Amino acid sequence: MTIHYISASERGTRMKMRIIINELAKYLFLLATLFGIVVLGILLYQIFADGFSWLNIDFLTNKLSTDAEKAGILGAILGTLWLMLVVAPVTMILGVGTAIYLEMYAKKGKIQSIIQTNISNLAGIPSIVYGILGMTVFVRTLQLGNIVLAGGLTMALLILPITIVASQEALRAIPASLSEASYGMGATKWQTIKNIVLPAALPSILTGAILSLSRAIGETAPLVVIGIPALLIPLPGSIFDKFTVLPVQIYYWTLDSTMIKEYANLAAAAIIVLLALLLILNLTAIIIRNKFQKTY
Amino acid sequence: MAYSMDGEKVNVQRLIEEKQNSNKWRVRMEKVVPFILFLIASISIVTTIGIMYILLKESMQFFKEVSIIEFFTGTVLKPLSSEASFGVLPLLMGTLISTTIAMLVALPVGLMSAIYLSEYAPDRIRRICKPLLEVLAGIPTIVYGFFAFTFVTPILKHIIPELEATNILSPGIVMGVMIIPMIASLSEDAMSAVPNTMREGALALGATKLEVVFKIVIPGALSGIIASVVLALSRAIGETMIVTIASGSTKNFTLDVTQSMQTMTAYIVEVTGGDAPAGSTIYYSLYAVAMTLFVFTLVMNLFATFISKKWRYQYE
Repeated sequence: MTIHYISASERGTRMKMRIIINELAKYLFLLATLFGIVVLGILLYQIFADGFSWLNIDFLTNKLSTDAEKAGILGAILGTLWLMLVVAPVTMILGVGTAIYLEMYAKKGKIQSIIQTNISNLAGIPSIVYGILGMTVFVRTLQLGNIVLAGGLTMALLILPITIVASQEALRAIPASLSEASYGMGATKWQTIKNIVLPAALPSILTGAILSLSRAIGETAPLVVIGIPALLIPLPGSIFDKFTVLPVQIYYWTLDSTMIKEYANLAAAAIIVLLALLLILNLTAIIIRNKFQKTY
Repeated sequence: MAYSMDGEKVNVQRLIEEKQNSNKWRVRMEKVVPFILFLIASISIVTTIGIMYILLKESMQFFKEVSIIEFFTGTVLKPLSSEASFGVLPLLMGTLISTTIAMLVALPVGLMSAIYLSEYAPDRIRRICKPLLEVLAGIPTIVYGFFAFTFVTPILKHIIPELEATNILSPGIVMGVMIIPMIASLSEDAMSAVPNTMREGALALGATKLEVVFKIVIPGALSGIIASVVLALSRAIGETMIVTIASGSTKNFTLDVTQSMQTMTAYIVEVTGGDAPAGSTIYYSLYAVAMTLFVFTLVMNLFATFISKKWRYQYE
């Protein structure tokens, strides 16, 4: 091997180049980071510019109408609320129950690892496939029709993996010393879980549940597959009624905006309402986390 | 007989019995509860089996009417024509093109963001940028669809005049923006896991920060970075609303990104939205397409899990 020496002056220029390239790269990376944020800004600005002037009390309290001036989203808001009334309890019971089983009861072994792997795979299945599951099982086989209950059960299954993982993390964060103290007092396992572990983990579980609910509120594809009609339907009054939700309404308005230009404004206004709803949910989750969560 | 503190008579015998009964109930609870919880936990398994069973069963029905070879090699998809033809290749092409465009946007931007956030950003900037990127990740896809259709497409039309009102380019780009945060945050996690001592070693030898990034951090975090890219890919393949809104429903088999193309997901939306009668070939084609989509995403997810588990470099 021959050793190749370079002169001090050349070393100086090389070093200078390396430092300059490093500086340039730094700004390039900063630019890339800002790219996503700038697009976010443009997106929000565009939606507010299109929709904000259309947003008023009438828009929130009117029923759907083909006349853009009179159209409102009361039906979609009620539909979203009814849907959440199904999704929230179902996903909470299934999610927290599964998490308790996996964290507290399941022996580390085959069954537990199968369930765990399965959950992470479920999380990766596209939402539209859940829509097909819902359409086939709830709407057609059980003949529920495209009602709130069918949509809610589909959405509950969709967000179940997220809820399970969040609840598992919440349960795992509870230190063993708490439950050991409970056992030491003579409590049984279920008593310990019910009276000690669950209450301690509740804020984190709730935070996770709210975040996964906000995922369900923004989902469109599964409900479109289940077959929410684009037609005018009466306001939903129970979980057995036909319904529409905000994202689906936005979808139909956007599609039809090629024919009636004002529909684009209606869609933008509905998006503002949807984003506001998501913001409120996320803030609630953050408040719950900051206020009630203890670090052990 | 014994007396309580209030001076009342207390039947000790009965107290003991009650205590024992409640203990019995408690013992029973201890056996019932785990069983109920096990049933609940098995619902996630049932869901997976349910999805696979439905997709397989109905796809089989479809392949009785259309040969499997015709389905996977056919370049013409005309489900509604009188001489119906069911080739899935136009849909695969649509998915391939939209995903490629999305990755062309998301891969460089996402990775560079990850590098900046993990290696260069001062704490103050990181604390502002990360939540903002999370907001980007939390925006519903329907909003991105609206954005692609009413904003990005008209702008692109100024640059490329021959662009159609619905085209695959605009949703591809917007989908790329959507998955930037996913690549950025997962890759950043992987890069942050590379221990500082390795960086310091390289810096002490006279490397610049950029050289540390490319010669130490990226090789060290490679498995995590690849996993994040594969997960983002699978997300892009399964993405539905953006392409459904902004790319239309023309089943073109082409490489021309200015044209309208349909992805697998958009086809599913079109067919179910059109109320295809149960039992028709179109109805069953839905399941065959969904099956293809499911297999694609499943393979990618398993691959991502495999990479991040098996290839991860274990630091001390």
